[in-house]
Amino acid sequence: MSDIPDNSPTSSAVLRMESVRKTFGDTVVLRDVDLEVAPHTVTALIGASGSGKSTLLRCANLLEEIDDGAIWLDGEEITHPRTDQDAVRRRIGVVFQAYNLFPHMTVLENITLAPRRVHGVDRAEAERYARELLERLGLGAKAGEYPDRLSGGQQQRAAIVRALAVRPRLLLLDEITAALDPELVGEVLAVVRDLKGEGMTMVLATHEMGFARDVADQVCFLEGGVVLERGTAEQVFGDPQQERTRQFLRRIVEAGRL
Amino acid sequence: MTAVKEESGQEDPGDMPDRGGEGYVPSQRRIDRERYKRTRARRATSIAALSTLVTGVVLYLVVVSAPGWPRTRETFFNGQYAREAFPKVLEGLWLNVRLLLICGAAVLVLGMLIAVARTLRGPVFFPLRALAAAYTDFFRGLPLIINLMIVVLGVPALRLQGITVDPVLLGGTALTLTYSAYVAEVFRAGIESVHPSQRAAARSLGLTNRQALRHVVLPQAVRRQVPPLLNDLVSLQKDTGLVSIGGAVDAVRAADIIVGRSLNYTPYIVAGLVFVALTIPMTRFTDWVTARMDRQRAQGGTL
Repeated sequence: MSDIPDNSPTSSAVLRMESVRKTFGDTVVLRDVDLEVAPHTVTALIGASGSGKSTLLRCANLLEEIDDGAIWLDGEEITHPRTDQDAVRRRIGVVFQAYNLFPHMTVLENITLAPRRVHGVDRAEAERYARELLERLGLGAKAGEYPDRLSGGQQQRAAIVRALAVRPRLLLLDEITAALDPELVGEVLAVVRDLKGEGMTMVLATHEMGFARDVADQVCFLEGGVVLERGTAEQVFGDPQQERTRQFLRRIVEAGRL
Repeated sequence: MTAVKEESGQEDPGDMPDRGGEGYVPSQRRIDRERYKRTRARRATSIAALSTLVTGVVLYLVVVSAPGWPRTRETFFNGQYAREAFPKVLEGLWLNVRLLLICGAAVLVLGMLIAVARTLRGPVFFPLRALAAAYTDFFRGLPLIINLMIVVLGVPALRLQGITVDPVLLGGTALTLTYSAYVAEVFRAGIESVHPSQRAAARSLGLTNRQALRHVVLPQAVRRQVPPLLNDLVSLQKDTGLVSIGGAVDAVRAADIIVGRSLNYTPYIVAGLVFVALTIPMTRFTDWVTARMDRQRAQGGTL
């Protein structure tokens, strides 16, 4: 490593964003956002609802087209108009707040759909790996069930398995516990903690501050579409520099959530 | 990916539609990206134009070089007969249009009633449910032409007092009977396609089954049923011509009369084109309505 800051897109970051701007009509949702996610690290995006956390994740997965700036995945620019977007999405796993499981398929079919149809894995191998993951996340008995018959926590774990089944390079988690009751939150967060232990690179938008503090290597506080403060968990939670960050954290503490 | 926000032609930063930023200046990267997209859009347009032209020319040559073309042109594309048939066909078309409007409205109302009757819960409604099911089973199965003959020719034969013998009214009734059965099934499929959680949410707000149906389920169901409903309406529009079996003169019958006299088939072509011309605006209109509904609902998303 030289001591010149590495600004080129060939840095070792899994995901890199530079000056990303996103608008919906006249509303600026993301403004000049920079982000760098190193391999095997966890980045937590915190901030109030509407601060742009979810939009940032959706932009990283190309579900939203950015207006300005650029995004690199493994050093390759993915926001160029010539980019094969499907190929990019094949390398990124996403878990949504509302699970978004396909209701007309069993859990096993949900999980094996992409490995079989997109990645060309044969049925036996896809199902073997799916069952292995389900077993590990405590859903071994639910493979043949339809999503509507599972509890929220089970559905969300099934959704995580579906995202993992394609062995993604990067996992994006969009407030995955927001729709769960506290008892079920624990079981889902335990899964994320395990994944960190295995070295999965993750970016997560979350309202679970305690969890963010525990698991995140990097914390970004978003406010009005801007990354107002970033640093290690100790820095952002222990010694926030910005007044807005302090306010936000104080309110979280008052609400008994930290 | 669709270019949702295709920028207007200029490169001038002041013309960018992005008005949200205080002193935001588009980067060179954005300008390049947009120029590239415009170039690609232009190329796509010219490729589309070229391939359309080639397809058209090839089709034309294939038809014109066919051995029977001169004779076919004389019997199917005769300008003189076309001019003669056109006003007569239009005159007949007025009957088709009136039948379509009246029967279409009746079919939508009756079809909806039958569909709702079939989804009513509770043992009290069993006779209603059974009746509605029997109705759809019977009229979907009965060939329209046989239904028409029974109603248009059979009913006047009864010589009942106070019952019309007008073939148009009777024909319209027969059309409504058959198409209501089709449309009822379309509506029922739509009602059942709304996720049960929607009904659960409505009922848990204290809405009655009927209110839930009226305010939550049906609006979502009808939105999804617009394309298949249109399909049935277009089909109805063409079948309005069948009332001519009772002696009424519609567009097809008007063409038929000229063909019978001249032995030239051009009037059929004219009538056919007139029907096509009538459906195209209808299809475009419903496409526009559904697209507008989608836009109002969805925020962003480029997939």
